Amino acid sequence: MAQTIRAETRQIPPEARAAVRLSWTWVGVLPFFAFVAAFLFYPATSIVIQTFFDSARNLTLQNLRDLNQPFITSSYTYTIKLSALTALIGGLLGFLLAYAVTIGRLPGWIRSSLLTFSGVASNFAGIPLAFAFIATLGQLGLVTQWLKSIGIALYPNFSLYSFWGLAITYVYFQIPLMVLIMAPALDGLRAEWREAAENLGANGWQYWRYIGLPIVLPAILGTMALLFGNAFGAHATAFALTGGGSQSSVVTILIGAQLSSDALSNPGLGNALAFGMIVIMTITIGLYSAMRRLAERWLQ
Amino acid sequence: MRKASLWAWLWLLLGTLYFFVPLFATLQFSLKAKKDQLSLTAYQNVLQSPAFFQSFGFSFRTALITIVVSAFLIVPTAYWVNLKLPRLRPVIEFFTLLPIVVPAVVLVFALIRSYNRTPLTNSRTGTYILLVGAYVILSFPYMYRAVDTGLRSINARTLTEAAQSLGAGWDTILFRVIFPNIYISLLSGAFITFAIVMGEFTIASLLSQPAFGPYMNLISSSKVYEPSALAIISFALTWAAIGLLQFLGRRLPGRVQIVGPR
Repeated sequence: MAQTIRAETRQIPPEARAAVRLSWTWVGVLPFFAFVAAFLFYPATSIVIQTFFDSARNLTLQNLRDLNQPFITSSYTYTIKLSALTALIGGLLGFLLAYAVTIGRLPGWIRSSLLTFSGVASNFAGIPLAFAFIATLGQLGLVTQWLKSIGIALYPNFSLYSFWGLAITYVYFQIPLMVLIMAPALDGLRAEWREAAENLGANGWQYWRYIGLPIVLPAILGTMALLFGNAFGAHATAFALTGGGSQSSVVTILIGAQLSSDALSNPGLGNALAFGMIVIMTITIGLYSAMRRLAERWLQ
Repeated sequence: MRKASLWAWLWLLLGTLYFFVPLFATLQFSLKAKKDQLSLTAYQNVLQSPAFFQSFGFSFRTALITIVVSAFLIVPTAYWVNLKLPRLRPVIEFFTLLPIVVPAVVLVFALIRSYNRTPLTNSRTGTYILLVGAYVILSFPYMYRAVDTGLRSINARTLTEAAQSLGAGWDTILFRVIFPNIYISLLSGAFITFAIVMGEFTIASLLSQPAFGPYMNLISSSKVYEPSALAIISFALTWAAIGLLQFLGRRLPGRVQIVGPR
């Protein structure tokens, strides 16, 4: 009898043993996945799904149709314009700055200072940045007073709390992000390529037209897409400048408002707004990833 | 050797002006609290107010908790992926990019709505858990990239196998071989997380938490010069955190990208 038992225990099939070993490996990453599931995945997918249901649990597209109200569509257009504009301006100026410190051959200490400062500046966004710009371009701001002293009156035609005021403020954290990403990318543009082109008789413009730009363009466009997403998702800066509730608001402030005035609002609307934002951000990040993969073919 | 062109210097000058004028303006504004003379009155008022220390302390503690939780989740995961589950790497990287697709406002909205009728939204501790959870999620992209870069640069797999062949158990491997080699990467992730949590406004405000961000916003509606002083303090703090990080990062391979609250 004892011998039979011994024989049975010796006969665990190898596949079962391998399965036990595999499951122990997965335990190592389980906490991470559980956390992401609880605090990101479940809430996000829940919102996306809830967008298509009304309060009576019926499947509906009404929430999405509710997005068609004038103050919402105008908010989306406003935010898209603001994000696109600051992505373009920030992208262009950031590229020129990154160019100046890499290919433009400014001294090395300038480059490291610029990169360090960009690291700090891209993190300066939010409430403190709004305060800084109020002190600069607000009604009592330094630049406003200075311009008044030389005869240029900014107010009342310009207001820091309007579209252009927001744009100028947003650019303050867009440019550093562009610089941080483009400087290493421009390093990848090897000097040998330029020298080879010049050897074959190309001038500066021809080099850029046929070699330089085609190589860096995916990196530039991809980073601009990231800048777009960055501006679109911004909330604190806009909130501090517009006080959280004006007519021409950004979409993020609208979403935040859905939480504060919960009793009055249509809960499906908040879901639809959030859903719209997730869709736009997904497209943006998809563009960024695609461009980045294209860029990595040449720029390591 | 070609020197830098005039254009390069011009762009640098314009860039420097654009970036430094607002900082200078804020500094100057913060020193004008007393009429017609430069004084540190605004700073005194800020640093002597109990509300400042309460909110600062709250955010500081929250930042530390976030860093610890994030490290405990990320380090084993990054290590396991590096060592045994390399196929999982794209999946993990996707998950760490998700917080960028879901902006802070949408994240807090989704959290509040999905956990609506649970104790997580009804109690102080519940909302604090949501706050820390959201912050940990926000920190994942930077923590994971920092730790992963560190692990790859020290060739974790080879080190582990070498340690195992010398008879080390898992605790020795983790605490005496791996950890001492990646603690700088971990620190860099920790500094970014610290800067993010200290400056964060959106999530804290929508969860009604007494954090530093909402405090700064509250001050702006009642005081004139103190907000500028707060902005300078906040900038100095961010500078210290990120500057230290850049200094440490010179010994790190790869780049660390820095993006914060906006």
